[in-house]
Amino acid sequence: MGRLLHRRAWLTPYALLTPGTAWLLVFFVVPMYYLGKTALSQGLFPIFSFNWQWSNFSDSVSTYSTQFVRSLEYAGIATALALAISYPLAYWIAFRGGRWKNLFLLLVIAPFFITYLIRTLAWETILADNSVVVRTLQAVHVLGSDGRLLATSAAVIAGLTYNFLPFMVLPLYVSLEQIDHRLVEAASDLYASSPVSFLRVTLPLSLPGVFAGVLLTFIPAAGDFINAQLLGTPQQYMIGNVIQSEFLSLRDYPTAAALSFVLMGAILVLVLIFARVLGTDRLTAGAAA
Amino acid sequence: MRWVRRHVLDAYAFLALVYLFVPISVVVAFSFNNPVGRFNYTWQGFTLSNWTHPFAFPGLSSAVQVSIEIALLSSLFATVLGTLIALALVRYRFRGSATTNLLIFVPMTTPEIVMGASLLTLFLNWRIPQGFSTILIAHIMFNISYVVVTVRARLVGFDRHLEEAAMDLGANELVTFFRVTLPLIAPGILAAGLLAFALSIDDFVITYFNAGTTITFPLFVWGAARVAVPPQINVIGTAIFVVAVGGMLANVLFQNRRARRLA
Repeated sequence: MGRLLHRRAWLTPYALLTPGTAWLLVFFVVPMYYLGKTALSQGLFPIFSFNWQWSNFSDSVSTYSTQFVRSLEYAGIATALALAISYPLAYWIAFRGGRWKNLFLLLVIAPFFITYLIRTLAWETILADNSVVVRTLQAVHVLGSDGRLLATSAAVIAGLTYNFLPFMVLPLYVSLEQIDHRLVEAASDLYASSPVSFLRVTLPLSLPGVFAGVLLTFIPAAGDFINAQLLGTPQQYMIGNVIQSEFLSLRDYPTAAALSFVLMGAILVLVLIFARVLGTDRLTAGAAA
Repeated sequence: MRWVRRHVLDAYAFLALVYLFVPISVVVAFSFNNPVGRFNYTWQGFTLSNWTHPFAFPGLSSAVQVSIEIALLSSLFATVLGTLIALALVRYRFRGSATTNLLIFVPMTTPEIVMGASLLTLFLNWRIPQGFSTILIAHIMFNISYVVVTVRARLVGFDRHLEEAAMDLGANELVTFFRVTLPLIAPGILAAGLLAFALSIDDFVITYFNAGTTITFPLFVWGAARVAVPPQINVIGTAIFVVAVGGMLANVLFQNRRARRLA
């Protein structure tokens, strides 16, 4: 058997790969083909006929442009907030955590072992009209006396920010933890003040983590519909809500499929621009590895 | 000044951790609530009855059971398939490895709603009725990439001299694999399996698109959120949380202690 494996050594990697990649081909790539076909079809559920209906794309985008822009806006703000919350936290764990790094990391991940929907329902309780948070904000006049948080954009963005935090903290932590402390010491030996050594040494070295974190937060946030559904109103609905209802309630599959593709395309374009801004394709490779 | 800066960061990190736990404490607290109406949103009074009767709500226990079955099966399958891919990618140079990497990477950067929707169109086109098996297919699919990434991280730091030593001592490839390689990468495989289990039991979006009439725990919560949220949902959520975090905590403390003993 061993000799047999040896003689056909070039076959071994393919033998190892085939079952898993076949699964991904059949249940990830092939579905994309059908989604594309549906996006270019016409008709009523359950019979859709494929006829290169490109107008599905332009029609659905112009009909739902508000929700599109809103999704990218909400996801962008939520990602920025998540970065602002996570970077100092990840930095603190990586540089000050000492022996308890893993314990702190566990504390960061722990809340996400409560199912997504239950967490979001908990935010519904926290932000509800008579909650402690709302009454406190009313008392200090941040909110008007009949001001509310639930069913506003702020609530949806707050939910998005919270729900994807581990996807931000973990890559940031990994890249910060790998930084050789001697480099930071070298900078201060060369008379860099600590803000300067942070900006010139630590921050650039952690950029792959920032890139991966932003990617892994922005993508699920832009496609989300649960936060807008539970914490918002139709005025806060995102493109995910539209895709969801077009598919599962209205059963207008072509429109929903076209919207899905536009969402994927928009995300891809933004990711590429972002990679450019951060500077390198090396970063993409870092995120992929 | 230095002192202030140092402690500003400490305080910030502390507040961030508190923030992370605010909703969790709400979930735990409301599992002891005794709600008057159908919704468990305002505090009415303390009771233990939700905990003593965790399944006293029709449909809840079967939903939890379906979730656990799918999480077990999908993490098992995905761990096997993903580990094999990781072995191929780390151990061999072959044509098509770049394409394979891409095939692993893209599902992780695709919005869940797009994956769920595309599977829905596949099952519709192939006239496969949706239910338990389609949920299982979908969960195996999205778990494979995460398994590959986790196991690969472990394999990259692997000392191949250990395998060569085994071969020098007369072990053939298969014996070497099962007696040397597998035990050494087992922690990575276990971590991947646990991650896959956690992702599966938490998944809502992809499941929602491909469940047919089958109800998993997250789907049950979604349905309940529209009509009535029984406190039993908080009980189950808290129980899963306690088991998962307790296990991980024990692991962290154990590793810490071992590291100290070795040091």
